[in-house]
Amino acid sequence: MTPPDASLPLIVPDTGPTAAGSPPATGAAGPSVPALRPSRRRHGPVGNPALWLTALPLTVIVAWAVAPEWFTAYSPLDGVPSENFQAPNATHLFGTDHLGRDVFSRVVFGTRQTLLTAGFAVIIGLVVGTIIGLVAATAGRAADATAMRLVDVLLAVPGFLISLVIVTAFAPGPVSLGIGVGIASIASFARVVRSEVLRVRNLDFVEASFLNGGTYRSVVVRHILPNAAGPVLALLAVDLGAAILAISGLGFLGFGAPPPTPEWGLLIAEGRQYLGSAWWLTSLPGVVIVVAVILLAALGRRLLKTFRI
Amino acid sequence: MARYLVQRIGQALLVVWLAYTLVFLAVQLLPSDPVTIFLTVDSAVDQAAIDTMKSQYGYDQPLVVQYLHQLAGLFSGDFGYSLASGQSVRDRISGVAGSTVALAGSAFVTAVVIAVLLVAAATLTRSGVVRRVLVNLPPLFSAIPVFWLGLVLLELLSIRWGVMSLFPDGSFLSLAVPVLVLAIIVSAPLAQVLLKSVSHVYDQPFIDVLRAKGASRSWIFFRHALKNAAGPALTITGITVGTLFAGSVITETVFARSGLGSVVLQAVTTQDVPLVQGLVLLTATVFVVVNLVVDLLYPLLDPRILKSNGQGAPRALTA
Repeated sequence: MTPPDASLPLIVPDTGPTAAGSPPATGAAGPSVPALRPSRRRHGPVGNPALWLTALPLTVIVAWAVAPEWFTAYSPLDGVPSENFQAPNATHLFGTDHLGRDVFSRVVFGTRQTLLTAGFAVIIGLVVGTIIGLVAATAGRAADATAMRLVDVLLAVPGFLISLVIVTAFAPGPVSLGIGVGIASIASFARVVRSEVLRVRNLDFVEASFLNGGTYRSVVVRHILPNAAGPVLALLAVDLGAAILAISGLGFLGFGAPPPTPEWGLLIAEGRQYLGSAWWLTSLPGVVIVVAVILLAALGRRLLKTFRI
Repeated sequence: MARYLVQRIGQALLVVWLAYTLVFLAVQLLPSDPVTIFLTVDSAVDQAAIDTMKSQYGYDQPLVVQYLHQLAGLFSGDFGYSLASGQSVRDRISGVAGSTVALAGSAFVTAVVIAVLLVAAATLTRSGVVRRVLVNLPPLFSAIPVFWLGLVLLELLSIRWGVMSLFPDGSFLSLAVPVLVLAIIVSAPLAQVLLKSVSHVYDQPFIDVLRAKGASRSWIFFRHALKNAAGPALTITGITVGTLFAGSVITETVFARSGLGSVVLQAVTTQDVPLVQGLVLLTATVFVVVNLVVDLLYPLLDPRILKSNGQGAPRALTA
């Protein structure tokens, strides 16, 4: 077993003014040992071409969410009634809907709503899951048993139903949807964080940091969590894709943002009424969802390859 | 074996009990009680109506009594009463569950067939291109929204080509297409796990021995590799219960089939908390039972699991 990136955080000198819990040795050892860098480097996350190939189209999708007006000249809400039900063509890439609204523009503007809800959900899963996983792996046997039974329960109730419970209790809307999908994703984060922390805590450098005077908090925050982050980051990408799927499915059932707001699942649901006359209303927004989810899953696999030996 | 049995069954009961307790606690955390939420869903009602309904459904009793009463009901198959229809949750569900179980069951069998055929084709083909395409199919499948696939097929088959009716009419296609849609989604995780464990099995020396003794490629795959690789795929089976449930609800909505889907949608739109609560407990129980069966079947497939008692739980992290 070779600790892959274990040496890196140790030789990074302390720059922050947090004097209270910092291990005293790191500052002294820092600048004097440049030779500790691995001689033959794998592709880092930055220099990996395959990673960029999946990340680039994703950046475009994120840019849709940040500044949708840069990507389309049409309004997502106001249509030209005389131009309704146009099949996809050069001016309207994805065609137009029953009100003459440009469907591509609605997809682009819908990205923000979809990504915000999915991102909100994933952050809930990440934060709560990390805490549960960390406690399970470091706080002793009783804590581990309790936390893992909790995870079993979360796994036993389908995420879809958890979302439905939240939506039922707090009326449909993007926030309830995000909370519901987020709770559903806690279990997978907790499991990955637990197994990663269990792997990292047995490495020699953790013992070394304790010997250097590190406390539970400083060792966990400065050494264990950063070294356990790789697979968690990979899961983050995959889970964002899964959240997009779940949210579009629930949006399709009508539990997400209310109708005038463009949202990916809602777009498909609205197009359903015109299935007979306008295939592009359902098919094309769906293609965007599929592409986004595939890219996120691919990014997750790439990240896992980059971070794991 | 007996020890393993007792351990697993105890664990399953514990998870069902914990799920029930968590759901009960979650309902208590709501801004108000289920009856008030239900009655104020679209208009304000007077307090007297709320109080009457509360006492009818027992929501005016002390929490401990409610908790124990509902817990006792759980073991006799009583999942509470729907606020919207006044029917018991069990009656409400059992009336329509048959069609959902049929859909989910046939979709699961189809998914297993799809996954095995896909993995067999990917393993046995001699063409690198074909293999690469096949190996990339499961990730594609798992990225497709169920409702979108259903709508696209509906558009093509019913509207474009006119070979299938828009609403279920009992014809073969109107039964087979929803099953296929659901099966494609569910086959993705099965195929992914099976692919991985098959390639793991092919690294083992006994495959070389078989090859040296002159076994054909398909003989090796179907008679030896598949059996040895089935374990991990079997454990994944339990996890597909959730996907099957969510997929069934959505597929039923897309194809206008009757079933649990309509009950779920109705429960959510009328904010019928006890009905949703009952649904959650029911699916959690199904999930736990399926996983228990999988766990109990596993030793038959791979007796080594009984030998390994698992590694001990981690100590607390200290210097």
